[in-house]
Amino acid sequence: MEREFTAPRHGPLVRRCLVVVVAMFGFGFALVPAYRIFCEVTGFQGFIAADGSDRDRGGYVGAVDESRTVTVELVASVNGRAPWGFAPVERRLEVHPGALVTTRYRAVNETGEPRAWQASYNVAPGSAARYLGKPECFCFQRQEFEPGEARELPVTFIVNPDIPSHVKTVTLSYTLFDLEG
Amino acid sequence: MSSVATHPDHGAHAAAKPRGFLRRWVLTTSHKDIGTLYLLFSLAMFFIGGAMAMVIRAELFQPGMDFVDPYFFNQMTTVHGLVMVFGAVMPAFVGLANWMVPLQIGAPDMALPRMNNWSFWLLPAAFSMMLVTFFLPGGAPAAGWTMYPPLVLQTGMAFPFLIFAVHIAGISSIMGAINIIATILNLRAPGMGLLKMPLFVWTWLVTAFLLIAVIPVLAGAITMLLTDQYFGTSFFSAAGGGDPVLYQHIFWFFGHPEVYILILPAFGIVSTILPAFARKPLFGYTSMVYAVASIAFLSFIVWGHHMFTVGMPTAGTLFFMFATMLIAVPTGVKVFNWLATLWRGALTFETPMLFALAFVVLFTIGGLSGIMLAIAPVDFQYHDTYFVVAHFHYVLVSGSIFAIMAAVYFWLPKWTGVMYSERLGKLHFWTSVVAMNLVFFPQHFLGLAGMPRRIADYPVEFMEWNMVSSVGAFAYGAAQLIFVWTVIQCMRGRGKPAPAKPWEGAEGLEWTVPSPAPHHTFHEPPKVV
Repeated sequence: MEREFTAPRHGPLVRRCLVVVVAMFGFGFALVPAYRIFCEVTGFQGFIAADGSDRDRGGYVGAVDESRTVTVELVASVNGRAPWGFAPVERRLEVHPGALVTTRYRAVNETGEPRAWQASYNVAPGSAARYLGKPECFCFQRQEFEPGEARELPVTFIVNPDIPSHVKTVTLSYTLFDLEG
Repeated sequence: MSSVATHPDHGAHAAAKPRGFLRRWVLTTSHKDIGTLYLLFSLAMFFIGGAMAMVIRAELFQPGMDFVDPYFFNQMTTVHGLVMVFGAVMPAFVGLANWMVPLQIGAPDMALPRMNNWSFWLLPAAFSMMLVTFFLPGGAPAAGWTMYPPLVLQTGMAFPFLIFAVHIAGISSIMGAINIIATILNLRAPGMGLLKMPLFVWTWLVTAFLLIAVIPVLAGAITMLLTDQYFGTSFFSAAGGGDPVLYQHIFWFFGHPEVYILILPAFGIVSTILPAFARKPLFGYTSMVYAVASIAFLSFIVWGHHMFTVGMPTAGTLFFMFATMLIAVPTGVKVFNWLATLWRGALTFETPMLFALAFVVLFTIGGLSGIMLAIAPVDFQYHDTYFVVAHFHYVLVSGSIFAIMAAVYFWLPKWTGVMYSERLGKLHFWTSVVAMNLVFFPQHFLGLAGMPRRIADYPVEFMEWNMVSSVGAFAYGAAQLIFVWTVIQCMRGRGKPAPAKPWEGAEGLEWTVPSPAPHHTFHEPPKVV
């Protein structure tokens, strides 16, 4: 190859292209937190901050709307094949928007050793997520269980009366994740 | 675009080709040889991916499990998609860019010839790695070319092979794109301003920018799959607070610009060929350039239309729906400009022109079914049915692949120095165009009737159209053998010697060098006036 073939300096342009490549590789990873924030802000996918920092969102202090009833369905599942029994004590509740309601979930450690778990939760439909406030929930903390221990855990929630009128049923779903050891 | 005053390059280097297979092909830094390698590689991949399509259509010829088990069927659909997208269409366009971009802008070679060699030779490595998975326990990847988790994480031993194959193919594409950008921006002949560049060069410049912007995003997404599988992260696993839907967002942020990577160079080819055989300059050159740029920009903000059914806020659905429909505007500008180029032209119908004309008609059909799919409420019915399969094969087979065929026939005399057989070329065109419509047009009906894609069996009421589709597929596959024979004949030098400019109405610097193009061209930059 003759020298004059490479006479123009390509270095600066190539470096700029490489910056784009590296930046876009980073952008792909930046979508991960961006997506989480987007979901938390909009309630998209029924996400609510896992640390309970949103416990006042949808929070409401005021009159109870006696004219309306919303069905709240409670769902429980255990992730993977973790050795836990986990179920809601009541599966369906008819609640008035604005009323503070407490219900319980029951968890059983099915092994002979001390174990712990924490639950994540999700609300369907996603558009209702931001109207479901939870002042108190077992899912905010890690739960330690003795061997074979069974326990009932309370959750207190409130349906904000601003919830869109077409929403007749809200599903509150908990998934139990085993924390080994 | 630009008229040219130059002399064919009869420099002392004209005939100095390196001798021996290793030096000539493996160690080559010549853009022409690397272009040839890319094109031959892509042809091989086209037949490997095509063979998988034949298996798919044989299984779907009639209801019931006839030839292969469903798991192998899923491997076929998955690897067919990956091979055709990353192994056939993309390398074919890079091969055309390698051959034609330096010739069209009057450059002696690509800007970075050694990187050029490396980016080609990564491809055989990548696809050996992908195809060897058929011989591993558990077989090839079978979760679809989109590699959605959690299903793709159930791939057995093939999983890391799949990820690394896509990584390597992606690195090859990024290097190829950087090379093309550097060539176009730094090596244009004096006097060739940006708005004097041939449209094939323009569309490739925009494509190269798309490549460096989105291939890294795909690399990020599949790296996350890899760490989710082996390093205990949970980007896409709900167990660790992740979300599988996030993968779809990242993938389609890459995926939609990717479909324009697969079609923009085709726009450039058609914009080159139609004026040559209509013997008229391209209508609306500047608007063509701006249309390509706007399509590229819009491609970044429409990814959600691939995933309307995951459940999105209404505002998001509407945004993606309207942004998608907006793409019809610049695309419409292009189609109408092509029609205006043909209007009252002195048309002749050589093989490249036939393929280019079929492109305009059939790509538009694919574009219109695309607009139907963009309508969110009806997409809920069409999603994951054969309607989608019909749509993207109209834009990829009768779009991208027909344009590649047109380009090969158009520039083959320049590459080999002999004219291809016009009789065989026309036979190839007519069999291809009839067979292609037989394969994919009935799939619209199947999709509207509710036949899901990626399923090895189907209810008996879908049988007739599936039979038509399968017969068409076998005919289409057979027709491509005519193409291979025609190309081989030219490569062996069998045929009428081609003059420097075999097409009466063709414009551009590539026709100022002799046919076949000497090993070194434009050692002295041509003057563009």
